[in-house]
Amino acid sequence: MSSRNAFKLPEAVRTKSRFRNAIGKYRLNRTGDCIACGKCVEICPYGVHVMRRGRLVANHHLCVGADCPEPCHAACPVQALTLRRNPDFDAMGDFRWTPDLLASTWHMAEFSEMPPNHLEYKIGGSAGGFDKLRIKFPPVKKGDKSLLEADDDPDMGVELNRRGDNAHKIRIEVPFYGGGMSYGSVSITTMLSRIKAAATLGTFCCTGEGGYPDELKPYDDHVITQVATGLFGVREETIQRVKIVEFKYAQGAKPGLGGHLLGDKVTPGVARMREAVVGYPLFSPFPFHSVYSVEDHKKHVDWIKAMNPKALVSVKVSTPTDVDMVAVGSYYAGAHIIHLDGSYGGTGAAPDIAKKNIAMPIEYALPKVHRFLEEEGVRDKITVIASGGVRTPHDVAKTIALGADGVCTGTADLVALECIRCHNCESGRGCARGIATTDPELIKLMDLDWGTQRVINMFLAWRKELIRILKRLGMKSLKELVGRTDCLVHLDYMRKSRF
Amino acid sequence: MPSKYSIHTHTAPHRFKTVTKSGIIAWEEGCIKCAVCVKTRCVYGVYDNRNLDPLQMIDSIDNECMNCLRCVQGCPKELIHKSLNPEYQALGDPYWSPDIISKLWYQAETGRIPVSGAGYPGPFSGPGFDSMWTDMSEIVRPTRDGIHGREYISTAIDLGRTARHISLNDEGMLERDYSQIYDIPLPIILKMPAFGVINGDIIKGWVMAAKRLGTLMALPQEMINSAPDDSDPWLIPMISPEESRTYAIPEETRIAEVPWSEERAGVIEGIERAYSSLLISVRIPMDEKVEEKALSLARNGVSIIHLEAAENGLFMDEGKQYLKDGIRSVHLKLVEAGIRDEITLLASGGIAMAEHVAKAIICGVDAVLIDFPILIALECRMCRRCTKGLECPVEIDRASPSWVASRVANLVGAWHNQLLEVMGAMGIRDARRLRGEVGRAMFFEELDRATFGSMGEVEDCELE
Repeated sequence: MSSRNAFKLPEAVRTKSRFRNAIGKYRLNRTGDCIACGKCVEICPYGVHVMRRGRLVANHHLCVGADCPEPCHAACPVQALTLRRNPDFDAMGDFRWTPDLLASTWHMAEFSEMPPNHLEYKIGGSAGGFDKLRIKFPPVKKGDKSLLEADDDPDMGVELNRRGDNAHKIRIEVPFYGGGMSYGSVSITTMLSRIKAAATLGTFCCTGEGGYPDELKPYDDHVITQVATGLFGVREETIQRVKIVEFKYAQGAKPGLGGHLLGDKVTPGVARMREAVVGYPLFSPFPFHSVYSVEDHKKHVDWIKAMNPKALVSVKVSTPTDVDMVAVGSYYAGAHIIHLDGSYGGTGAAPDIAKKNIAMPIEYALPKVHRFLEEEGVRDKITVIASGGVRTPHDVAKTIALGADGVCTGTADLVALECIRCHNCESGRGCARGIATTDPELIKLMDLDWGTQRVINMFLAWRKELIRILKRLGMKSLKELVGRTDCLVHLDYMRKSRF
Repeated sequence: MPSKYSIHTHTAPHRFKTVTKSGIIAWEEGCIKCAVCVKTRCVYGVYDNRNLDPLQMIDSIDNECMNCLRCVQGCPKELIHKSLNPEYQALGDPYWSPDIISKLWYQAETGRIPVSGAGYPGPFSGPGFDSMWTDMSEIVRPTRDGIHGREYISTAIDLGRTARHISLNDEGMLERDYSQIYDIPLPIILKMPAFGVINGDIIKGWVMAAKRLGTLMALPQEMINSAPDDSDPWLIPMISPEESRTYAIPEETRIAEVPWSEERAGVIEGIERAYSSLLISVRIPMDEKVEEKALSLARNGVSIIHLEAAENGLFMDEGKQYLKDGIRSVHLKLVEAGIRDEITLLASGGIAMAEHVAKAIICGVDAVLIDFPILIALECRMCRRCTKGLECPVEIDRASPSWVASRVANLVGAWHNQLLEVMGAMGIRDARRLRGEVGRAMFFEELDRATFGSMGEVEDCELE
């Protein structure tokens, strides 16, 4: 309890888009008839219009369109304004990350608030899984605000060591931490933005498989270092530096496939970090060739424990049919955390056939694992972390209700940094927006302080929204929500109960 | 083990500019001529290659734009925008979607597997093959150094009939020739599509591709003459019932196909008597009677059964059933009858992506036939203008046989590599063992209900 009180959340600071024209759902076209009277500036409740040196400019992305109670285009004395849907908006995004979800996340990263209702910020357009699940709230009596106004915020922390062994007792203050993205797949600025944000939020962020750059040293206590099949950048010293070590057996987006870093991406920096040769492609094989059974896996875990006895061991696996057996096996091998990465999760590059088809979505794997661990009587001895398509605080709540203790995020962090989901992380010089690249020129597109604050803002908004959800459910802590599938309803199976 | 099978691919460029998902709209009016224009700072340099294709009136930048939207977000006068391309959205039909078509184009051009960054962008699940996922093996899998490594995955399959047992005559010799099995190195057979501006050159190209790949090409008998001279072993003549008695099957033909008919028994016997080493495949339309028909054929000694669905992967009789379900039920019926291993099961209709090959095999066929993909490989847009006697917008009828062959070999090469990817992940090293292996797949209907079926109660609550 004392640690809980001692922890202080970071401040939210408005952090605008780093591009000149932020993209919103609507556009206000202004004709030459505008007399710069300032009426629009005066009435707009959202601050869309700004008078600059006698001329009017618009922050289109703040416009809520038809939802606006005082539309400027109706009030304009010379009818110089027309409201249009922005064609750019519809040209971005996809089924999982709809344009609405991208813009919502950008809003959270800018203002640290949930966006206005003109954006659908709770679900995406995939028409299944999370997007068909709804959170079920007890009805509120008219005028009764006691639930939402309860003074104490619910406890959002998650204990990561439930084995009760000699390893660190670690509590994260928010129910999420950053999933692995390697140096090489993302820029050092992206990596540091995520890790710095994680440190201030009282949580962790994983290095991915690509080494442990020296720039991360100040945040050692908030870094999870990854040991994956290529063993790139893994040294005794890096294992000893951290509090959590993650074994990556497979990645949800490309389970059963090895990793492949193209030669072009093996820049001098990347090569040094991975102890490889510049310009030569690098393979991470699949699987760990030293692990062909749970016993072999235990040997791995023991190896880490011998080097760093206090470290927590996390095991990251993807979601085959027998994922429940894998989870139990990991527990018996001594893992503290089982991290399930569902098939619709992110990646720097993977064959489309793998992303779409191999292994199951996290929404199926999680309840299966939760139930099986309960039946085995070990559910309260291991921490279950889920990832693979968690985009919003609502997804977090649903994931936890399906049986996770917490979640890992990845793509959402990048969207906060203004990833636009163009899916070209892997081509040419890498991400044109300077997020997932090691190109010296493109890296400069993003500033570390800007990136850190954007990620912090988004996660503070997530936390606030999760608190609202928990209060609305009448729960005092996040723990109460774990495995509560009765708090969810799936639209395809919805029926009124008979009594 | 036989030597490793690999398909050599070489870039075979498009003849026409492809249709892309969105286009760039850049106004000149209002431009303030910045010292450094955002167009000159494009990471991909697309504005440097700007030219207009006079034939198609298409701006090259639309084809090369990678959708980073930096110019859109950078122009101080907001003169550049991206907009969805209505022509792209109008490609194909609900089944042969713009996404499927454009990915087929890419594979036919490059021979590469479609690879992209970020997570899967599509719907959670869908009808037909989209309602199943393939499994993976968390720890053990066959290859130690990648799918192209030393221990290789075999995609070869057998075509023909396996005897339940062998019989010896009084001299202790085999009673008859049991060796009527042909193997092909990958479970994909080419088949002439139902429409398209198909001429002799196209047929030549397709047959050249089949030969290069080591597989077969199914052609209506009247088109057989268009194939190159020495290609008979790579052809499957599809014989019409009326002419089954009169059509002279070329000597080196290994397999011939006849359609289902009630009187088939006589027809098949007639052909088999005339050509002793020929395997006969019987094509059955996917309809509600498909199981019965397949069972009776198998019991009557037919070697190969070809289940044919409509071009959108649905049953032929306007049913709501999908090829996927039809294959599963026929396969199971034959397993129950104890004769599945004796015959070869093929399927066609709506096989549109590499994953469909793996999934069809998991559902129970030995191999698939692909038809429209080999036409789309030639830049077909599935506009169906040719079916109305109108001109082909991409002039497929003018394509050269060698280009056709390269495009199809590229496409199949990319599919083969994708098949290796999923088989590798499943821990399966032989395509023969993938057949009917539903334990290596997960089905939406079962998983969704098992997971969410109990999450349906709503009583006096608010949903969010």
